[in-house]
Amino acid sequence: MTTDTINDSLTDEHHGDSHDHKMTGIKRWLYTTNHKDIGTLYLWFSFIMLLIGGALAMVIRAELFQPGLQIVEPDFFNQLTTTHGLIMVFGAIMPAFTGFANWMIPMMIGAPDMALPRMNNWSFWILPFAFAILISSFFMESGAPNFGWTFYAPLSTTYSNGSTAFFVFAVHIMGISSIMGAINIVVTIMNLRAPGMSYMKMPLFVWTFFITAYLLIAVMPVLAGLVTMLLTDTYFGTSFFDAAGGGDPVMFQHIFWFFGHPEVYIMILPAFGIVSTIIPAFARKKLFGYSSMVYATASIALLSFIVWAHHMFTTGMPLFGELFFMYCTMLIAVPTGVKVFNWVATMWRGSMTFEMPMMFSIAFVILFTIGGFSGLMLAMTPIDFQYHDTYFVVAHFHYVLVTGSLFSIFAGAYYWLPKWTGHMYSESLAKWHFWCSIISVNLLFFPMHFLGLAGMPRRIPDYALQFADFNKWVSIGGFAFGLSQLIFLAVVIKCIKGGDKASAKPWDGAEGLEWTVASPAPYHTFSTPPKVD
Amino acid sequence: MSRSNQRWLLGAWLFFGSLLSSSVWADTQLNLTKGVTAVSREVYDLHMLVLYICTAIGVVVFGAMFWSMVFHRKSKGAKAADFHESTKVEVLWTAIPIIILISMAVPATSTLIDMENNDNSQVTIQITGSQWKWHYKYFDQGIEYYSVLSTPRAQYENQNGSFDGNGTDKGENYLLEVDKPLVIPANKKVRFLVTSDDVIHSWWVPAFAVKQDANPGFINEAWTKVDVPGIYRGQCAELCGKDHGFMPIVVEVKSEQDYDAWLNEQQALIAQAAEAEKASLDATMSKDELMKLGEATYMAYCAACHQPTGLGLPPTFPALKGSAVATQGTITEHISLIQKGKGMMPPFGKQLSLQEIAAIVTFERNAWGNDTGDLVQSVDVKMASEE
Repeated sequence: MTTDTINDSLTDEHHGDSHDHKMTGIKRWLYTTNHKDIGTLYLWFSFIMLLIGGALAMVIRAELFQPGLQIVEPDFFNQLTTTHGLIMVFGAIMPAFTGFANWMIPMMIGAPDMALPRMNNWSFWILPFAFAILISSFFMESGAPNFGWTFYAPLSTTYSNGSTAFFVFAVHIMGISSIMGAINIVVTIMNLRAPGMSYMKMPLFVWTFFITAYLLIAVMPVLAGLVTMLLTDTYFGTSFFDAAGGGDPVMFQHIFWFFGHPEVYIMILPAFGIVSTIIPAFARKKLFGYSSMVYATASIALLSFIVWAHHMFTTGMPLFGELFFMYCTMLIAVPTGVKVFNWVATMWRGSMTFEMPMMFSIAFVILFTIGGFSGLMLAMTPIDFQYHDTYFVVAHFHYVLVTGSLFSIFAGAYYWLPKWTGHMYSESLAKWHFWCSIISVNLLFFPMHFLGLAGMPRRIPDYALQFADFNKWVSIGGFAFGLSQLIFLAVVIKCIKGGDKASAKPWDGAEGLEWTVASPAPYHTFSTPPKVD
Repeated sequence: MSRSNQRWLLGAWLFFGSLLSSSVWADTQLNLTKGVTAVSREVYDLHMLVLYICTAIGVVVFGAMFWSMVFHRKSKGAKAADFHESTKVEVLWTAIPIIILISMAVPATSTLIDMENNDNSQVTIQITGSQWKWHYKYFDQGIEYYSVLSTPRAQYENQNGSFDGNGTDKGENYLLEVDKPLVIPANKKVRFLVTSDDVIHSWWVPAFAVKQDANPGFINEAWTKVDVPGIYRGQCAELCGKDHGFMPIVVEVKSEQDYDAWLNEQQALIAQAAEAEKASLDATMSKDELMKLGEATYMAYCAACHQPTGLGLPPTFPALKGSAVATQGTITEHISLIQKGKGMMPPFGKQLSLQEIAAIVTFERNAWGNDTGDLVQSVDVKMASEE
């Protein structure tokens, strides 16, 4: 893709004009309809949620440091695991990607802003309320939700601790926020692309968010329906999930995972987009197989709708169902493999340098692939009977979500921080962040594979003695990984406050319209669309 | 990336590589268990097959990555090539994975068909999960009983004082021991019918490669045929509330002879218990006896929710200390609540003897300063349940 570069003098002039309409103080952030401001809000919000979710995880790891009940009661332990999961999925990973979408999609497609700016404001500002509701339940008599982030009925209905209503309300608000964010992304990409930018000329980053937004629109209403059924079962006497009234608790799981499996790809497809942007930039070589990347992303998204029951092999499915879902799930390895091979082929015979965006991207490719391998193992129904609901599963989804999604978020943040702040981040401090994270995260999650294989179930507050040694290591890794993220906070704050001035295009291999505007990006960009050949 | 960074990466890779290789851990049971059934061995072989395939793919893919990271770096003067697609290569690396996947799917399918074949079983046992214990019922022999965690509370609450983090204050089978294990015969196909009384549980014994969810209101099937007599341990695998981590499974596999002897013994015990139950109707126990039996039974069956202190865990589990039921309500209502349950509280009528219920009621009405002075005898319980 070649682009008509807008020369720097033009953008400088634009930056200098007085049509910013920027309010000051808190009002700027409350009333903003600017995609860059809203992107910033999303990113800070998700980072705060990451720290809160991480703090909960560290209490969990402290309890599991030694056998016996030391710090928390079993019921509170369940509240911790539940809210840790909900906060990380809906509060940290998803809003972070929406933050990237807001910041980067308009700048990458040459649009002046998102297509629906007021809705954009609203979709962000309801999120803090959703999480305030969720977290406040910790301080209520009932306690926080204690039925796992998967909230299987009837543990979350008849047998819940009374937190169900708050949980349902919070999830509804999160869902509305996600749906609005997704609609905005779709409408923006469909309507506001610069003249000449056909779909197959869009950066892969934009493609992955486009497909992800469709997934969100497809499955968030399913989740909304599900939590509503949960609400009426708990408080209004319906029996959707109660056999005594003609319902079925397994139906809950079918509906949940029909949402839940596409949800998994909602959290990883944008990561593919970020990594596919960064690897070519630092290999100084075009992305290998652009069109196969697009098709692979689309096939993963489509397949994600017909594999949901692989989370439910032990629920008593008929043989035919088990075989169907096993085969479909194994099939996902094909497009995912294509992606990994394409990244490696992009690096092959490139001219590589290893700044932090690249380091996190390389770590992503390796560690995400390890998560993919365990995913393939889990797909095999007969062995899944052994792996299911053990620490092997915990290891698997933390490899794909932490060293996968979260690492891609770090990679993206380092890559675009110069564009966002106008300063280069401190490479030496960032190196500390990278190396501390990479060592501790593997100490944290790799031994979980062995714990699971040796038979340790997930979601237990205490364990048999043969699991004691590895749990100690895992906890040490957990504390170290949690604390390492404070280095990231330091890097970001330092970068906002100052640092070497960043040029419009600080990475010599980078491509895309966002690098044609000044750094920091002016408050309004592309008021006149650029032309793309 | 500097040279020292490379060394770090290499070191980390070797470390994790060595963890993966099975020889290092061959004796320490960190890999999946081979188990003691034909199915569990098939599952193990499949697990190793997939693990080896993944390792091989990993070596190739990561090898190529590290090769290019070492040799195709700008600092070494590498110039970027300008290829960015190749239909031939892309078709190849779509086709090869498909072939590999098929080679994995074929043995997986045949193992799965074996696992799901519940026909021709020789023994049928119903397994019922409830918060937080298992109930076993032998259909043809009329034997049924609950199986409850037997690790003393003092151990998992670290009350023994000698806690040093290495578990020396804990027993050998800490959290994996029960009062009455499930007993099954070796070399016979045993079919399990799995269900639940309340929330979803999951009955899992790794050595059999059996994990089956217990769904309330529905019955699932699973089966096993164990070659080697012995004691095998497992745990509930589906989050089922507060004490999910405290409902282990122990299965004692006996030779056919021993199994038959055990069945006879159980039937004799049932007859004895019926005798004792009848006798208890005429007996009058002293307050001390009732309180002693009451406390022991309370600790085993009630303390998980209502706590040893009687303070409960409100609002989910109400306090009994000073509660209306235990201090103001009638004895009949109190008995009926324990026998029939209410809301989240399960019915205990079929798992406790008349004498035990009498003792619990007496204990709850006199412990923790509830001093009502009420004494309840077996005959009172019998009368209450007939009302």
